[in-house]
Amino acid sequence: MTLKPSFPRAVWAMLVKDLRLEFHTKEMFSALLIFALLVAVAFSFAFDVAPEGLREVFPGMIWVAFFFAGMLALNRSFASEKQNGCLQALMLGPFDRSAIYFAKVIGNLLVMLASEVVLTPLFFIFFDMRLDGSIWLLAAIWLLATFGFIAVGTLLSALAAQARASEILLPIIVFPVITPVVMAAVKSTAGLLLGARLVDYAIWLKLLVAYDLIFLAVPFILFEYLLEV
Amino acid sequence: MPQAKGPARDMTQTLGLLAAVAVFVALGLVFLWVPAERVMGDVQRIFYFHVASAWNAFLAFLVVFVASIAFLRSGSHRWDTLAYCSAEIGVVFTTITLITGPIWARPIWNTWWSWDPRLTTTLILWFIYLAYLVIRSSAEGSQQQSRLAAVFGIIGFVDVPIVFMSTRWWRSIHPTLIQTDKMNMEPSMVFTMVFSFVSFTILYAFLLSYRVRLETLAERAAALKRDLRR
Repeated sequence: MTLKPSFPRAVWAMLVKDLRLEFHTKEMFSALLIFALLVAVAFSFAFDVAPEGLREVFPGMIWVAFFFAGMLALNRSFASEKQNGCLQALMLGPFDRSAIYFAKVIGNLLVMLASEVVLTPLFFIFFDMRLDGSIWLLAAIWLLATFGFIAVGTLLSALAAQARASEILLPIIVFPVITPVVMAAVKSTAGLLLGARLVDYAIWLKLLVAYDLIFLAVPFILFEYLLEV
Repeated sequence: MPQAKGPARDMTQTLGLLAAVAVFVALGLVFLWVPAERVMGDVQRIFYFHVASAWNAFLAFLVVFVASIAFLRSGSHRWDTLAYCSAEIGVVFTTITLITGPIWARPIWNTWWSWDPRLTTTLILWFIYLAYLVIRSSAEGSQQQSRLAAVFGIIGFVDVPIVFMSTRWWRSIHPTLIQTDKMNMEPSMVFTMVFSFVSFTILYAFLLSYRVRLETLAERAAALKRDLRR
């Protein structure tokens, strides 16, 4: 019998721990939900436009709301591990440190996707939008964009958690880095909702795929440097 | 205790002298020698220092990237100091680029700012390296500060080409100077531009060596203070 768990087992164990914690407290999920809806309400007053104009601004609105709300969730991701030295305990675990990163990425991704499943229909209802295109394409855009945001955000959340005033630091360091995701998410969503042909906005989907791959690989290398004591 | 040595004073002074002469000559070339552009007139003269500043900013951030990797691999404090000082200088030159650009754009494009790829990328670049400096000032303990900053220095630089690609797919109104087949400029203007590039690069080298020397001396002073208190 070996004491060293395999990489997937280590990821699984930490993921289950995080999800169980989240299931009991619903800390991230409820914050995401409420904050994103509040942003929607703010937008409805800020852009008091005619329904035709709304179609143009809706993709931007929904992603800004998701990413702003996602920032709240990311703030909790590693901050909660700072209490009682939990992070040090995880780092002492007999596995590669990037396992911590992957567990956190999957956990954050699941929580954010779950909240998007609730939020997206609500946004469509509130702003009277209809989806003419394929729902699978919408799901693909949502998944790719959310993953890109979470992949970078989780790494930077681990970075910010080790600095002073991490809640203030995190948005300042995350937003400049995720601008390509914001652009690609908004452009591809606009393409889908305005009924453009897929070839016209496929380039943005490709950008999202490329971004996701790059920012899964780079943190994989860098994460162990981040968590040295 | 082994004392970290910064760049020698002689080298810094020589670079400073060279930079002063080169920048003065460049000023002469830009304002007195090179002819005014036919369509844009005198306002085009700002272009020589604008592009040279942009080049310096890019060079500085490349140095941050390379020094960050070298620091994470070797753990040597000197790389970290180099990355930090280069990032500071890079932010200064990005700021100069962002200020000189609109001064030119106002009479030529009839607007201070446009969300053109190069402008947008430069602005985001500025935000990324401001964030880098914020990380440096908010981490506890110098060792940790260096590691966090190095990780961000790598992430930020990897992100820049992606930002540029994504902003490019909007229509661009920024003039393209260097096309693949020929230069779109008069020979005396090319010469002035190349000279500005070279003199600004020397200026960057001087500022970097000066700043690294200052940082090293500050660290030595801090170490001496600690010893005295003990």
